[in-house]
Amino acid sequence: MEQFFKDPSIYTLVRGPLVWLAFIVFFIGMFYRIWITIKLAKKEKVIYPYLSLKYTLRSIIHWLTPYGSISMRKHPWFTMITYIFHVCVILTPIFISGHIELWYDSWKISWWSIPQDLADAMTLIVIFCLILLLIRRIVQSDVRFLTEKGDYLAIALVAAPFITGFLAHYELLLDYKLMLTIHMITGEIMLISIPFTRLSHMFFFWLTRAHTGSEFGAVRHSKDY
Amino acid sequence: MTEFKRKPVTDIGIDKTLESIDEDRIKKAIDKVLKGEASARLKTFVTTCVRCGMCSTSCHHYLSHNNDPTYAPAAKVKQTIWDILKKDGKVSKDDIKKYARIAFSECNLCRRCVQFCPFGIDIAYLIGLARRICCLIGAVPQYIQDQALSHMQTTNMLWFRQDEWLDTVQWLEDELRAEIKNARIPLGKKNAEILYLAHGLEAKYMTGLLTNMAKIMIVAGVDWTMPDCDGWDYTNKSFYAQDSETMGMVVRRHYEVAFKLNVKRIVMGECGHAFRTGVYEGVRLLGWKEEPIPYIHGVQFFYELIKERKIKIAKKIEEPVTVQDPCNIVRYRGMGDMIRYIINETCANFIDINPNYEYNYCCSAGGGMIDAGPPWKMARIEGGKVKAEQIKDTGAKIVIAPCHTCHKGIEDLNVYYKLGVHVKFLTDIIAEVMEIPEEMRA
Repeated sequence: MEQFFKDPSIYTLVRGPLVWLAFIVFFIGMFYRIWITIKLAKKEKVIYPYLSLKYTLRSIIHWLTPYGSISMRKHPWFTMITYIFHVCVILTPIFISGHIELWYDSWKISWWSIPQDLADAMTLIVIFCLILLLIRRIVQSDVRFLTEKGDYLAIALVAAPFITGFLAHYELLLDYKLMLTIHMITGEIMLISIPFTRLSHMFFFWLTRAHTGSEFGAVRHSKDY
Repeated sequence: MTEFKRKPVTDIGIDKTLESIDEDRIKKAIDKVLKGEASARLKTFVTTCVRCGMCSTSCHHYLSHNNDPTYAPAAKVKQTIWDILKKDGKVSKDDIKKYARIAFSECNLCRRCVQFCPFGIDIAYLIGLARRICCLIGAVPQYIQDQALSHMQTTNMLWFRQDEWLDTVQWLEDELRAEIKNARIPLGKKNAEILYLAHGLEAKYMTGLLTNMAKIMIVAGVDWTMPDCDGWDYTNKSFYAQDSETMGMVVRRHYEVAFKLNVKRIVMGECGHAFRTGVYEGVRLLGWKEEPIPYIHGVQFFYELIKERKIKIAKKIEEPVTVQDPCNIVRYRGMGDMIRYIINETCANFIDINPNYEYNYCCSAGGGMIDAGPPWKMARIEGGKVKAEQIKDTGAKIVIAPCHTCHKGIEDLNVYYKLGVHVKFLTDIIAEVMEIPEEMRA
């Protein structure tokens, strides 16, 4: 933050205040949406009285395990692509050494990082999976029928930081500092948009599974997987 | 570009109603449902759907119509609820006509799609909201409206008056005495163990089922009674229109009669959706968390009778038999094992269906689709293609369907797809194979 006041430039703006903004909006947006949902859920009498920790966990465990649900087994390729994609998209930003260096720079904290080769591979896997998902969305008729602008936007929002991050690290296409700045901006845009777009499924998953898992397990005595 | 292409169908319940109302009334109904009644689930489910398409192949309508994208579960929600939200409730009469068609004739609310969705989005709940909007406007298939109105006035589906009910029971008793000595169907008996509720049709067209149940009760020595007043019919057809007010009223009547007669349990016959209304859907509306006294489905009742040896089996059925796992009692209450226990005790040659238990396909007649009547018959026949193939694959000659809707739905599929099967209720099977002691015979 102080860097920006000492030496105002687009780079220090993006590296300092905008990071603050992105994380604040991300966390406050996410907690606000969860809080509002829980508050509204209390109004709907069929949710709270029937919630069950046991059946929520049963549901979530089956859906987080590869091929743990009948639906995943019926779509083996799609399951493989999205499973690998999600693992890479979550772990890469957290464990890539480039990011950890910045955390150390700003807050003097650091943690274990993955070897650069692995980080590169995971980044390319994310980009490759997104391309496959995009093709699927355009080519498969039932998915195409459902698709709207928001779905293409979600793919673009996630792809941009990964593509620009890779290009920046290997100093391809554009000047290093410029590409890095673009990478940081796209990352910030992605963080800010998560609570307000389709990407919010990352935190709603746990809530909807709690309701459906409890409803199927505790009330309907059957499996929701 | 995939389009919603359908053969035109005339249903006066929807068409004539739409002629007599205006867009203001439509907007009012939509606001009442989507802003007043619905809240967390609607908002969360609509936001969280990532349009992944995993629900498509779960739906028998999608599969039976050669993977037509407009029949996929998420597509059905897109063409109804998402469309309403996008237009902020300012929809036209043609829109309502389309929503009613999708909600009442292209979705059975079977919730197989909910099992396939990675988020567990309750698509049936969202389609139910579309139905509720149509219900408040009055744009509901005519045959369902008729039955719902009948429930409002008489709590049964066939406009039966109280004296007609008493008359019917008395002549059924009379006929039963030709088989069973001194057969009685007790009405309004205080302090009986069980209050038995029948399907409305059993008092008019399917009387054989009621007399078979009476036979079983007598042979098993059960202390039972039926209501001597309104409340003897469990069918609750208003549920199909999402008319929660009437649905709750009918369920309350059952429990009021049960409390008045001070019975220990309520037992109902073989039906699907009605069981749910009695055991949680209607019960929740009335302010109870669970049913206040045990409300038992016919399947569980037969399971107990056979397990406790109150009914003994004289001779098992030899022909190959398969089963229909009704959505409303298996996916919705886990009774798959009990059904199979009874079948294995009464039939020698049981071939299980595949997929089975809660993964079974809907018969395509449920959720009110068969009750929508003749205008919509082809909708459920076409949607039932995968069901017909499922049955054909088993090679069975008899299909046991412990649900009135599945029973009639599969009978119609049998005719149309030439499956060569007979569809039977457990009541009929048990009455056929059970031992009747000599001294009871007339």
